[in-house]
Amino acid sequence: MIKVIEMAHNSYRKLKEKTIETALFLSALSSVLITIGIVVVLSYESFGFFKEISLREFFTETQWTPLFAEPKFGILPLVSGTLLTTAIALIVALPLGLTVTVYLSEYAPHKVREVIKPILELLAAVPTVVYGYFALLFLTPILQKFIPDLSGFNALSPGIIMGIMIIPYVSSVSEDAMKAVPMHIREGSYAMGATKLQTAFKVVIPSAFSGIAAAFIIGISRAIGETMVVAIAAGGMPNLTANPLEPVQTLTAYIVQVSLGDAPHGTVEYKTIFAAGITLFFMTLGFNILGFWLRKRIREVY
Amino acid sequence: MQKSKPELQTEIKKRIAVTKFWDKVFLITGLLSTLVGLVLLFTLMADLFVNGFPRLSYKFLTSFPSRFPEEAGILSAWVGSFLVLLVTALASIPLGIAAGIYLEEYARKNWLTDIIEINIANLAGVPSIVYGLLALGLFVNFFKFGESILTGGLALALLILPMVIMATREAIRAIPNSIREASYALGATKWQTVQSHIIPYSTGGILTGVIIGLSRAIGETAPIITVGALTFIAFLPTSPFSSEFPFISFKWLLDPFTVMPIQMFNWVSRPQHEFQLNAAAAGIVLMIMTLLMNGVAIYIRYRFRRKIKW
Repeated sequence: MIKVIEMAHNSYRKLKEKTIETALFLSALSSVLITIGIVVVLSYESFGFFKEISLREFFTETQWTPLFAEPKFGILPLVSGTLLTTAIALIVALPLGLTVTVYLSEYAPHKVREVIKPILELLAAVPTVVYGYFALLFLTPILQKFIPDLSGFNALSPGIIMGIMIIPYVSSVSEDAMKAVPMHIREGSYAMGATKLQTAFKVVIPSAFSGIAAAFIIGISRAIGETMVVAIAAGGMPNLTANPLEPVQTLTAYIVQVSLGDAPHGTVEYKTIFAAGITLFFMTLGFNILGFWLRKRIREVY
Repeated sequence: MQKSKPELQTEIKKRIAVTKFWDKVFLITGLLSTLVGLVLLFTLMADLFVNGFPRLSYKFLTSFPSRFPEEAGILSAWVGSFLVLLVTALASIPLGIAAGIYLEEYARKNWLTDIIEINIANLAGVPSIVYGLLALGLFVNFFKFGESILTGGLALALLILPMVIMATREAIRAIPNSIREASYALGATKWQTVQSHIIPYSTGGILTGVIIGLSRAIGETAPIITVGALTFIAFLPTSPFSSEFPFISFKWLLDPFTVMPIQMFNWVSRPQHEFQLNAAAAGIVLMIMTLLMNGVAIYIRYRFRRKIKW
C-alpha cells in the first residue's frame, strides 16, 4: 500500500517537474518568437511597399518625398543621413571612448574606478529625449557661435551628443576585452622597462583588438538605431549630403515623423515606415553579427 | 662611431624622461576624457534645472496639457507612464526570469540553446523603434488592441525582455555549484532546488536588472510614438476601480494614452520659448524618475552583495 502511494507520489513529482521545465522552455523560446515576429511583420508590410515601388527605384533614386503629390521613393537620402550622424558620433566616441577605457582599465586607481564607472553608466540611463532637448536647445546655439553657417537643425550637434552617449557602451565592452588580457603579458612588458602608456598601446590593445573592435561596432549599431536625438535636433529634411552643418533626416527620424501624423493602415505612408524599418533592421543586424563574431573571438585567444 | 659612456648615459636618461613625460600626458588626457562625460551629464542637469525649475509646481503635476504654456501640465503624461510601466513589468518580469532560469539551470548544450542565446544577444542590439514597428504591425493591426496602454506596455515589455533575461542569467551564474549540489544531495528535485535556493539567492541581482530595465522603459519614446500614442491627451484613462459590480475594471488597458517622454518631445518641438521651458520641467521630472530607479537598483545590488558572502 505504502509502495503504491510512493509510486503515485513519484510520478506526480515527475509530472510536475516536466510541466515546469516545459513552461520555462517556452518562456525562453518566446525570445525567438520575437525575432520571428520582427522579421515577419517587417517583411509582410514592406512587401506591399515593394509591390508598388521597384527595388531599383528604392536604391537608386536620390529623393525621398513620399508625401508629395509626385512622390519619389529613394532610400539613399535617409541612409546617408543615418550614416552621417553615425560617422560624427563615431569620430567623437572613438578617441574619447578608447582613452577613457585605457585610463579606467590601466591607470585609474581602484577607488577612482569604483566611483567613476557607475556615474559614467548613468550617461546611458538618461532618456534620449532629454539628450535631444539638450542637443537642440543647448549645444546647437553654442556651436552656432563658433560656426555661423550652422543651421538650427543640423547633423553635427546630435552626432556629437550621440557620440558621448555611446561612450559607456563602448567602454564597458572594450574594458572587458582589456581585462581578459592576462596580467603576465603586461608584467612582461613592464619588466622590459615599458611605461603604462607603451604597455597599453603596444601590448594590451593589440591583444584585445577584436574585443575593442566589437565594442565600437556595437556602438555604431546603437548610433544607427538612435531615434529621439536625431528626430529632435537633426531636422526633418531628407537630404542627400555629407555636410554636417545642414539639416538631415535619418531612417529612424522619418519613422517618427510619419507616426506622429496620421498614417492609416494600408496607405503608402504606412508602408513606407516599414520599408525604412526593414532597411534599418538589416543595417543594424549586419553590424550586430559582426560584433558578435568578433566578441566570440576574444575568448578563443587565451 | 662608438659613443662614450657618459654620452650614452645622458641619452638613455633623456629617452626615459621623454617616455615618462608622454605617460604623464596620457594620464591627464585620460582623466580629462573621462571628465567629458561627467561634465556633459552635469551641464545637462544644470541646464534642465535652470530652465525648468521655475515651471515646476503642484499645478504642473496636476494639470492636463493645454494650448497655453503657463496652464499646461503633465498629469495625463505621468499617469500614462505609470500605467504603461505596470503593463510592461507584469509582462516582462515573469517571462524574462523564467527564460533566464531555463537557460542557466535547465538548458542542455545543443543547437536549440545556441540559437536562443545568439537570438537574445541579437535582440538586445535591435533598435528600439523596430520594436515599435513590430508592435504596430502585431498588436495594433493584427490583434486589434488599438493604440492603447496595453499595446504600449507590451511593446516596451518586448524591448526590455532581453535585459531582464541577461540580468537573471548573470545573477544565477554567480551562485556557486556547491549550493546546488547540497540541495540535490538532500534529494531535492531540480525545481525544488531552483525554488528554494536559486531564486532566493539571485533575487538581488535580478531585481537590480529589472529596475534598470524598467528605468530604460520609462524613458523610451520611439516605440511608443510608433504605436501611435497621442501627443495631446486632456483626459485620464478609465479608473480601474468602480462603485458598481465587479468594482474592478480593465477598460483602461484599451484607452488611448500619452507618456512623459512624448509630452516632453511634443513641447521641445514647438517653436515658442515658453513651451520649451515646460519641456525642461518635464525633463526634470523624467530625470528624477530615472535617476531614482537607478539609485534604488545600485542600492539593492550593494545590499545584496554585502549580505551574501559565499
